[in-house]
Amino acid sequence: MWFGPRVAERDVAVVGIGQTAFSKGLGISEAEVAHRAISAALDDAGLARGDVDGLCLYDIESNTVPEVARLLGLESVRFFATHSHGGGSYCALVRSGVAALREGHARVVVAFRARNRGRRSSFGPTIAQGGRPWEKIAPRIAGHYQYQVPFGIQSPVQEMALIARRHMLDHGTTEDHLGEVAVAIRSHAVRNPNAVMREPMTLADHHASRWVSEPLRLLDCCIETDGGCALVMTTAERARDCPQPPAWVLATAQALGPAHHRPTDWFRHDRRRWVTAGARALWAAAGVRPDDVDAAMVYDHFTPMVLLALEDWGFCGDGESGAFVERGGIRWPDGRLPVNTHGGQLSEAFIHGFNNLLEAVRQIRGTSTCQVPDAKLAFVASAASDPGGAVLLAR
Amino acid sequence: MADALPPLPVPGPDNVEFWEGCARHELRIQRCRKCRATRFYPRPACPDCGALEHEWITCSGKGTVYTWTVIHPPTLPAFAAIAPYVAGIIQLEEGVFMVGQIRGVASDAVRAGLPVRVEFDDVVEGIALPHWRAA
Repeated sequence: MWFGPRVAERDVAVVGIGQTAFSKGLGISEAEVAHRAISAALDDAGLARGDVDGLCLYDIESNTVPEVARLLGLESVRFFATHSHGGGSYCALVRSGVAALREGHARVVVAFRARNRGRRSSFGPTIAQGGRPWEKIAPRIAGHYQYQVPFGIQSPVQEMALIARRHMLDHGTTEDHLGEVAVAIRSHAVRNPNAVMREPMTLADHHASRWVSEPLRLLDCCIETDGGCALVMTTAERARDCPQPPAWVLATAQALGPAHHRPTDWFRHDRRRWVTAGARALWAAAGVRPDDVDAAMVYDHFTPMVLLALEDWGFCGDGESGAFVERGGIRWPDGRLPVNTHGGQLSEAFIHGFNNLLEAVRQIRGTSTCQVPDAKLAFVASAASDPGGAVLLAR
Repeated sequence: MADALPPLPVPGPDNVEFWEGCARHELRIQRCRKCRATRFYPRPACPDCGALEHEWITCSGKGTVYTWTVIHPPTLPAFAAIAPYVAGIIQLEEGVFMVGQIRGVASDAVRAGLPVRVEFDDVVEGIALPHWRAA
């Protein structure tokens, strides 16, 4: 599939970002988390609740579209989209918002994730009641999970470990490569006052951390946190009146195929068939190349996902991501491509990726705590484990 | 919680043949009648050619380790007593991939391509889970 080169228009922008504090237990509901994050984003955009007529959110929120409308007193929601897949969702929220704005279905779209998943935040037996989702698995499981959970593959880190092991076998990827991802991203979090994990980390620290699911260790894993992030998007006409410099959405992509994440199907298909098509569509729509990107924010719930994303979106060749991250390749300020300059899911907070979008906006505005000088183009990727998704933001 | 059960599957129209086969200690998978591709997990149509027409075949029960992980605590209560344990993706002789525990081999001796053979855990009446043992 080739969409052909074209010059991307600067017709839709992110004009506001907002977030709550991030912590291992905020002590407020996901509804209040959403309210606080969205209100902060609207303040940042210089807009009011009454301006909002579009909503995009994840389907694993305890918040739903009608509840958010009640929460904020929204009187004219004309477009709303609820996306599946957690870490595979967040670039899709932007993509839906952009489509709605371009088509005139909405004029101001809010997208957000409110997520109370610190261990202390559990207040009941169901997955929508906070805490660790994998601990709340039902005694009977329908759907595709029944072909893995009863056998002992019960949590995302264990699925990731199976994929990481095969990447090591096929490409010579090492524990040092995984560790370098964690260490590089932590080095960025150290400078970010909002990050939950700010203690400096060395490769030795990584290797000394306990096994969770071999070949993955504790420091290959994101943190379990509470917090919320929101952004406000609008059209060029309004964006120029907003107080913050617009972060233009140059292009978006989604890529879904039949392999989707499940262990039974992941290795049955050649993922390149749709992943590469999605990547080509993104770069063609934007009229730029991976080499043009100043900073990249990629989903990093576990370290191997960063390696997959770098390959999937064309920053390096198939199987070459280990070498790409070696010797500080993804570290700010000197790496060839600074990745997750806020600390990502591994060290800032696990907001199901949404905090990656906010950091990309900060890079475009010039306000990151690991600012790439004169950053003009920021790349964001959802979970590479299918459905892949990406967003390109530009000044 | 030593006797905690693992989460159990839910047999339905698409997969009852598989789970009933497991209860008889037979490993049953689907094969497309049109393009002859095998598939697992059970589903109504062929992911390769899209055809609904299919037949069920009984697998040899032999396969090789494709990838694996050694799982450490914390786990669900059902797996706490056996952790750390090895679970992986097995490629069957018939081509499909299945998830199961890999037994009868030290965790540091597991390797890709290791031959394994199916064994069934009778968990509750009518439900048996296929796991794998080094051949």
